[in-house]
Amino acid sequence: MLTYSVRRVLSLIPVLFGMTIVVFSIIHAIPGNPAQIILGQRATKEAIATLTKQLGLDKPWYIQYFHYLNSLLHGDLGTSLRTRGPINQEIWPYLAATAELAVAAMLIAVIIGVNAGIISAWFSKSWFDYIAMVLALIGVSMPIFWLGLMEQWGFSIHLGWFPTTGREDVRDPVSAITNFYLIDTLLNGRYDQFIVVLKHLVLPSCALATIPMAIIARMTRATMIEVMKSDFIRTARAKGLRMFWVVYKHSLKNAVIPVLTVIGLQTGLLLGGAILTETIFGWPGIGRYLYDAIGYRDYPVIQSGILLIAAIFVLINFIVDLLYVIVDPRIKYSK
Amino acid sequence: MAELAKNMMEIESKPVEEKLTPPWKEAWKSFCKNRLALIGLGIVIFFILIAFLAPYVAPFGYKEQHLADRMMPPSSKHWFGTDDFGRDIFTRILYGARISLWVGFFSVLGSVVIGTILGIISGYYGGLVDAIISRIFDIMLAFPSTLLAIAVVAILGPSLQNALIAIAVVNVPNFGRLVRSKVLSVKQEEYIMAARAVGMRDTRILFYHILPNSISPVIVQATLAIATAIIEAAALGFLGLGAQPPTPEWGKMLADSKEYLVQAPWTLFFPGIAIMLTVLGFNLMGDGLQDVLDPKLKQ
Repeated sequence: MLTYSVRRVLSLIPVLFGMTIVVFSIIHAIPGNPAQIILGQRATKEAIATLTKQLGLDKPWYIQYFHYLNSLLHGDLGTSLRTRGPINQEIWPYLAATAELAVAAMLIAVIIGVNAGIISAWFSKSWFDYIAMVLALIGVSMPIFWLGLMEQWGFSIHLGWFPTTGREDVRDPVSAITNFYLIDTLLNGRYDQFIVVLKHLVLPSCALATIPMAIIARMTRATMIEVMKSDFIRTARAKGLRMFWVVYKHSLKNAVIPVLTVIGLQTGLLLGGAILTETIFGWPGIGRYLYDAIGYRDYPVIQSGILLIAAIFVLINFIVDLLYVIVDPRIKYSK
Repeated sequence: MAELAKNMMEIESKPVEEKLTPPWKEAWKSFCKNRLALIGLGIVIFFILIAFLAPYVAPFGYKEQHLADRMMPPSSKHWFGTDDFGRDIFTRILYGARISLWVGFFSVLGSVVIGTILGIISGYYGGLVDAIISRIFDIMLAFPSTLLAIAVVAILGPSLQNALIAIAVVNVPNFGRLVRSKVLSVKQEEYIMAARAVGMRDTRILFYHILPNSISPVIVQATLAIATAIIEAAALGFLGLGAQPPTPEWGKMLADSKEYLVQAPWTLFFPGIAIMLTVLGFNLMGDGLQDVLDPKLKQ
């Protein structure tokens, strides 16, 4: 386990290193003079010269990259061109907002997806199976930004159950401690606010959960059907074990690996999808931060935002890899 | 015993050609047995027809503004209603099919061609080239795809063409890896060794033997990738990073109408349904093709 973890960490280094190169090149790949593009056509020569200097674009690229890497390693993500604030401080509340949204979405996706997949496999070829799988197919094909709009139309505008946008009641803002509002409201002892925050979370997290939910359901069903054909399941049934335990204890344990893989991969999609969901629901997350930065051509923020999301994605898949070994001791890493 | 002998006689007496149905016919037969796949194919053909026939079928021009008829609900004159410029939404959906299919098809074609070339090079030659290409793929796959597409558009500037390029770039490693792994397994086959023993050149082996034998999973993945590409193009359009006005791109149509969710929800219903149906069509078709062409991958 330890050797494997170390080896896996070492294999991460070239990928993370490559990611910094990709992100670093974003600003250099802009056709023309980046400073000119950022400031627009009417910028004065002095302003362009100042920005060029500020971004360090007047130096050779390898020195720039070295500086970039050096400051990254010191936890410095650069300065936003728009707010002129340090990005590593600015980004934290946005990151927490996205994390809250993503965790909620993943919980919904896993709980509903896995159970729907299990029941579909258990009663395969039943009407439940049929409906669940058709819904899953539609779910995979759903553009989430449209689903979000339709949710707003149905559940906020027509039924009035949930708020349309935002993360909190603007007239009664949450006093942030950890920036995870569900936790903060509880820490503050504001249970009424907790409900309000929870209500804000429902629609965006459901929209974001749709695609992973559908994929997890399909994957769970396929593996469960495979597992339930195996001999040890027949033995369990033969010794008179209730079907419920056979499914949820014996089979699920063996279906967990592929499902875990999907969950790991889907988190990346979730982080990408967060940009769309956050734009629609006015959720002040990292996707929204990035989206605004693109509008303002705030390249340091674009670079750091992309790097951070990608790094989180890599980290999550790393954790999933470690979980494999814990979940399934048969897995050995000889390579 | 006598029966067995008789059977054997029968087998031997049958001409060989009769037993050899071409593989594509075989595949088509089992594809037709899959009802969902056929529905998918139907949807795809329907949208392709719409895309081709749009100028002949559409009741109005896609840029044509009827300012007196702004935000009219669906009626017999405007089947899907009109948007905030009084443009006929039905017409714009028809023209939108052209854009979505065009982006979906050509972006995937681009990634298939580049991915296949890189995959073949890295799988066939191995060594340092393989190591470099594989690492580049690893790094690209480390980024969530929507994010990478946004990064590419952030570099190139927002436009439909750049969105197409971005989507193509993002998909290259998927095909590259697929072809590489396929080439690695095909390379071990005895007929490749035989071809080499006969003195066939590398390029000939690659294009006559390895490529045709590696292509079926690529076809499956390409079909599914078109579905994703269409969603991604619409997403970029929705974020304002893809098609620019007045192009009737479905995602952009949604973005332009999203403020009218209360007054004119029909402006949002139809473009979304169009995206979903097209994507569903390609997904169903891809699933069906997977069952037929590449049953092993399904697991």
